[in-house]
Amino acid sequence: MSFRMLFPQSMLWSVVAVFSLACCSCGQSSDTARSQLVLTGSSTVAPLAAEIGKRFEKLHPGVRVDVQTGGSSRGIADARRDLADIGMASRDLKPNENDLLSFTIARDGICVIVHQENPIASLTDQQIIAIYTGDIENWKDVGGPDAEITVVNKAEGRSTLELFLHYFKMENADIQADVVIGDNEQGIKTVAGNVNAIGYVSIGAAEYDAAHGVGIKLLPLGGVAASIENVRSGEFPLARPLNLVMKSEPQGLAKEFIEFARSRDVHDIVEEQYFVPLAD
Amino acid sequence: MVKEKAVKSQAVQFKTSEKRSIWSHLPEIIATCAAWSAALVVTGVFVWILADVVRHGIGAISWTFLTAAPRNAGREGGIGPIIVSTILILAVCMAVSVPLGVGTAVLLSEYTSPASRFGRFVRRSLDVLAGVPSIVFGLFGNAVFCIYLGLGFSILSGGLTLSCMVLPILIRATEEGFRSVPNDYRMSAAALGMSRTSTLLQLLLPAAVPGVIVGLVLGIGRALAETAALIFTSGYVDRMPGSLADSGRSLSVHIFDLSMNVAGGDRHAYASALVLIMILVATNAIASWTANRWLGKRILTA
Amino acid sequence: MSHSRTDAVLVGTLRACALLTGTLVLFIVLFLLVESAPALRQVGVARFVSDTAWRPSGGAQRGQFNLLPMIVATTLATAGALFLATPLGIGSAVFAHFYAPRGLGRLFGKIIELLAGIPSVVYGLWGLVVLAPLVASWQPPGTSLLSAILVLTIMITPTIALVAGATFDNLPRSYLQAAAALGLSRWRTVGGVILPAARSGLFTAVLLGSGRAIGETMAVLMVAGNVVQTPHSLFQPVRTLTANIALEMAYAMGDHRAALFDSGLVLMAMIALLVGIAEVLSKGRIYG
Repeated sequence: MSFRMLFPQSMLWSVVAVFSLACCSCGQSSDTARSQLVLTGSSTVAPLAAEIGKRFEKLHPGVRVDVQTGGSSRGIADARRDLADIGMASRDLKPNENDLLSFTIARDGICVIVHQENPIASLTDQQIIAIYTGDIENWKDVGGPDAEITVVNKAEGRSTLELFLHYFKMENADIQADVVIGDNEQGIKTVAGNVNAIGYVSIGAAEYDAAHGVGIKLLPLGGVAASIENVRSGEFPLARPLNLVMKSEPQGLAKEFIEFARSRDVHDIVEEQYFVPLAD
Repeated sequence: MVKEKAVKSQAVQFKTSEKRSIWSHLPEIIATCAAWSAALVVTGVFVWILADVVRHGIGAISWTFLTAAPRNAGREGGIGPIIVSTILILAVCMAVSVPLGVGTAVLLSEYTSPASRFGRFVRRSLDVLAGVPSIVFGLFGNAVFCIYLGLGFSILSGGLTLSCMVLPILIRATEEGFRSVPNDYRMSAAALGMSRTSTLLQLLLPAAVPGVIVGLVLGIGRALAETAALIFTSGYVDRMPGSLADSGRSLSVHIFDLSMNVAGGDRHAYASALVLIMILVATNAIASWTANRWLGKRILTA
Repeated sequence: MSHSRTDAVLVGTLRACALLTGTLVLFIVLFLLVESAPALRQVGVARFVSDTAWRPSGGAQRGQFNLLPMIVATTLATAGALFLATPLGIGSAVFAHFYAPRGLGRLFGKIIELLAGIPSVVYGLWGLVVLAPLVASWQPPGTSLLSAILVLTIMITPTIALVAGATFDNLPRSYLQAAAALGLSRWRTVGGVILPAARSGLFTAVLLGSGRAIGETMAVLMVAGNVVQTPHSLFQPVRTLTANIALEMAYAMGDHRAALFDSGLVLMAMIALLVGIAEVLSKGRIYG
């Protein structure tokens, strides 16, 4: 008998507990709204913003900075609909997004990578275009071994893709890709696992991985070596901003946070995440 | 002469039976080989993957790794808060989905005929639900739990979203457990004048335990392994959660972020995967033990 | 009297549970419809099959929205995985229950339980770092339909094996005793008695496995190559509907985003179709 009672009751209680907690959270959110900042958006910016947030929390006891990912489009949509205090985007705002304000907190370059064992030391812009549009399909046509090129491209809509296309003045429809990838590390792992692959990724990630024994090689672009250093100096031609996005002029805590994220106090964090800090 | 004939026919008989036995042994041998090779392939792949994870991850595991908070986007520090969040998300998911799932399974298998329209509707929708991609669950959970119900990015939202996801698995496996309970049980219970409630609780539930356990194991496995649905619901925050209303990063999300988004995160990604597998072993054991103890033993005490 | 009252309460509660879980899928469909409405209105259903390519970021007017290659890819990847995983999974369950020595069978059962819980990211990571380069050294580019099928097979085999195993567990012991009494050999017992008797459970196992294969996102995303094309060989890269959503959702806006939700709708329609086919094939006896 006691057993029989126990079973449904415990079920009931678990449901009650869940719902009461749910109610608590509803009530709570309005009280803590003032001391909590929610950031959503780009997965590229998220690790950086999370680390900046941790330091910001230390300097402002009682404040909480919650960083969520989901992509640049989510960051922009959430900032617009007030679902987040601040959005994150790894690209410039588009013309139809001029209702928003953007604040650059760091920069990031994009470089072309090949497998470590690939003897090619550099490619001209024309050669890269020819490889990506399918006019050149074999490495021997650019002075490499006789092997078919595996072209690694980014998925439609990604900001790295858009910048890459813009720089080389190509249309995505022209590109003959063999592999389409999402995040940077996927690109690096794909190229590292395929001797004949060529791809393009964020410089910071590529430089870190190449220095830590991952089998990739960074190719120079327009004669400029691909390195964080050259992005910082402005010499490297292909770079993108990492932005925080807001619907209206930031105030209060959001303002403090954005000012902090743009200040010299976070330069070490930016460098730790292999991005380029803002110039002073 | 008669004797001779008899002996001869015996010999013939023996011969044919031997001949038949070779032929009848052939499928036997093939079947045995097939069963063993299936097992070998599965074990081989398992050992391959596990060895890969262990080789890359074991070096990073230490007490500090298990308890400390992550630093530098997870490249340094540990996964303490993430383990706590993972367990809380799983607890919420199971607290909601187990009663709901077992209840539905009982109704489907015991109280509706296979031909009834309601039963058919629920089963068909569950089958469809089983194939909904996790990312759709994530976006759905985000819209319903986080925004519409106002739970925000929280462990609660994540757990509730996961519970929607594991329901079909849980229900179908549990239902299978009930279906295989011999009909004699039900008839004897009816003959003894037991109420449906006590028939269910005293007889059927204990007898269906193997199915329930499989449902739990598969459900826990799916819940612990889930990434896409959680990024949009329980979130990305790697702080120690203060309550179920806080956002908390699950281990699988952490592994995904480290391996796909953070340069140099692989070592900790593999280590986290190893921890996740260990948590899985533990929760599976606890689930089986509880199910056995709670449900299985009652058939004796009844 | 009190009996029938508790019974009524019980059945009422159970009905509520079932109703809630049953309507969940309707909620999800409704959600997908609402989110994809802009694309359905402005692009129209026809263009999802008649356009020449998938280039959705151009918006409703200039973009192209052909989902067919991805539908084909999803179908092929799922079918391939089922083709491999069904014998493997049922074979594993048969092994654990009828062929393995007792201790080994239990150990093997634990291994399968573990396999069922390894996160898809880990499978994806393993597929990307170990499997794809292996395939690439044989037939570049490595990330291909074949890799996707193999990773999916590994992922759904435990599901099939576990559900099949639970069914074997639950078969009346008298079947085995009767078979033993008749002096049936092991294979005769398994093939002639056990498998037919376990039909419904095996079917559930395969159905759950195929659901998981169709819905799997992260692992496929990493190994399939994700080029939108109708594959002509196993070694060509393909993009599945789920990978499409996961790849592009992060940056999609407006019509593009709505079109991705259409991928979700199509996916659910495919699953509904699968369930329907299963029902017709089994003449409604799958639950009996």
